[in-house]
Amino acid sequence: MNFTYLKFEVLRTLRNRRFLIFALIFPLILFFAIAGPNKNVIVEGIHFPLYYMTGMAAWGSMTAILSSGARIASERQIGWTRQLKITPLSTRTYFITKVLCGYMMAFFTLIALGLAGLGLGVQLAGLQWCKLAALLTIGLIPFAVIGILLGHLMKVDSLGPALGGVTSLFALLGGSFGPIFQSGFMLKVVQDIPSYWLVKSSQSVLSPSGWPPSQFWIVIAIWTLVMGRLAALVYRRDSKRVV
Amino acid sequence: MSLRASDQAAITLQHLSKSFGEVHAVNDVSLTIHAGEIVALLGPNGAGKTTTIDMVLGLARPDRGTVTLFGSTPAAAVLAGRVGGMLQTGTPPQYLNVKELITLVASLYPHPLNVEDVLRITGTADIATRATTKLSGGQTQRVRFAVALVADPDLLILDEPTAAIDVEGRRDFWNVMRSVAESGKTVIFATHYLEEADTYADRIVLMARGRIVADGPPTEIKAQVGGRVIRATLADVSAEELMSIEGVVKAERQGDGVKLSCRDSETSDRVLRTLLARYSGARDLEVRSVGLEEAFLSLTSDTAMSVRPADDEPDLGESGTQS
Repeated sequence: MNFTYLKFEVLRTLRNRRFLIFALIFPLILFFAIAGPNKNVIVEGIHFPLYYMTGMAAWGSMTAILSSGARIASERQIGWTRQLKITPLSTRTYFITKVLCGYMMAFFTLIALGLAGLGLGVQLAGLQWCKLAALLTIGLIPFAVIGILLGHLMKVDSLGPALGGVTSLFALLGGSFGPIFQSGFMLKVVQDIPSYWLVKSSQSVLSPSGWPPSQFWIVIAIWTLVMGRLAALVYRRDSKRVV
Repeated sequence: MSLRASDQAAITLQHLSKSFGEVHAVNDVSLTIHAGEIVALLGPNGAGKTTTIDMVLGLARPDRGTVTLFGSTPAAAVLAGRVGGMLQTGTPPQYLNVKELITLVASLYPHPLNVEDVLRITGTADIATRATTKLSGGQTQRVRFAVALVADPDLLILDEPTAAIDVEGRRDFWNVMRSVAESGKTVIFATHYLEEADTYADRIVLMARGRIVADGPPTEIKAQVGGRVIRATLADVSAEELMSIEGVVKAERQGDGVKLSCRDSETSDRVLRTLLARYSGARDLEVRSVGLEEAFLSLTSDTAMSVRPADDEPDLGESGTQS
């Protein structure tokens, strides 16, 4: 692991204003705007601010971690990845650094939303906060992999819309902005999407067992494996081609 | 062969070939470059320079043949930090300033140079705090050179390093490169400017259509590609007779016209005077410098296929006649 490289990756991300706006400012503003007036509403058995805090944290951290991997697309386009390939930096370290950088950004978002939640009266025990953070961290794994996949599939021109579309779709279906399916077939469908379980993290923490159901682990594992396999295929196809 | 060269081979290419579909980008190239040599890979666009360089760096896999860098594979040499490269494309990433970028790259190598030293040597110290996206063409190239140099590599490979720089910037760049190379590094650079190859290399490897067509010291190569051609309409005089004019390297008859090749502008002037004095019937006189393209065509036997030169191909003959 090369921490100087990681440091500069994080620095680069923080200097990208668009990133800060979409991963941090937007979720915060929405949280205060929507959850503020609805402090006492109960949604799916929990207080709305807690539900919405988790929803916005999921949305913002998904954006953070997806865009970190997806930035590979612009580094490919300008030829920077080729330059890195003639340094001793291994491909593995390159990807791990991208994922770690995405996670650092995601943690900024999680901490900011957590503080905002405290501001609106969200009450959780210390252990519950820790569990919530842990579940979000684990739930983000498939999105770190999808980010790397997008980074190899997308051209820079289409990256912005693609990222916006993918994160919005995952956030919407997952229930970041409020649960959209209460029952029936569509609920079963969205329960197979990892973002659903990201948003559900707060309910899981407050559930009698204090942990999510086994479906959480299965969905996260399958998405990570399938997307990881696809990313590996696309990466291999990409490195064969000489530009 | 250069006097600076030691016995150790920095690069050995053996029967290297690579095709893209029907196109033989590199076709059976064998080459040995000794440690300490400064070698120019000269040729027009499409000659196979970049494909060769990509294979040397391990960025492309050869269809056939082997690449050996300092006795090992390209990947091993890269991993050991012995290779620094300046690729044809490779814009520095954004949201960093110049010094941060060089520091980042230095952190990737096992035994990098001091970052401040690299900034000073490459003339980028004054733009150290400038964002990588706010540089002029010449500054960008110097920064990219610093990226290649900070590794303190034994082998520096520069793929058309002066593309998109003005003439003055080009000279500055080469002076920096030359001073770096003095420290005993092996340097290979690709260019389609004969002048650059002539001025800054100890040895020129001329490539055309994926093959090496000439290899030797600049004076030798210049003689082959830096000459002048006189064309005239002149009937009833044989090529053999024209060969007797002092300074004519090659004489050809093309219908009513004749084509005389000379080594440089000085001899072509003399040949022209003799020609006019001897044959009053000579008309439509034309003196041209031999471009790289023509030189390649004359050096390669297969003239049916034309070599496409770069759009910005300079008048190479002129530079070849200055000395």
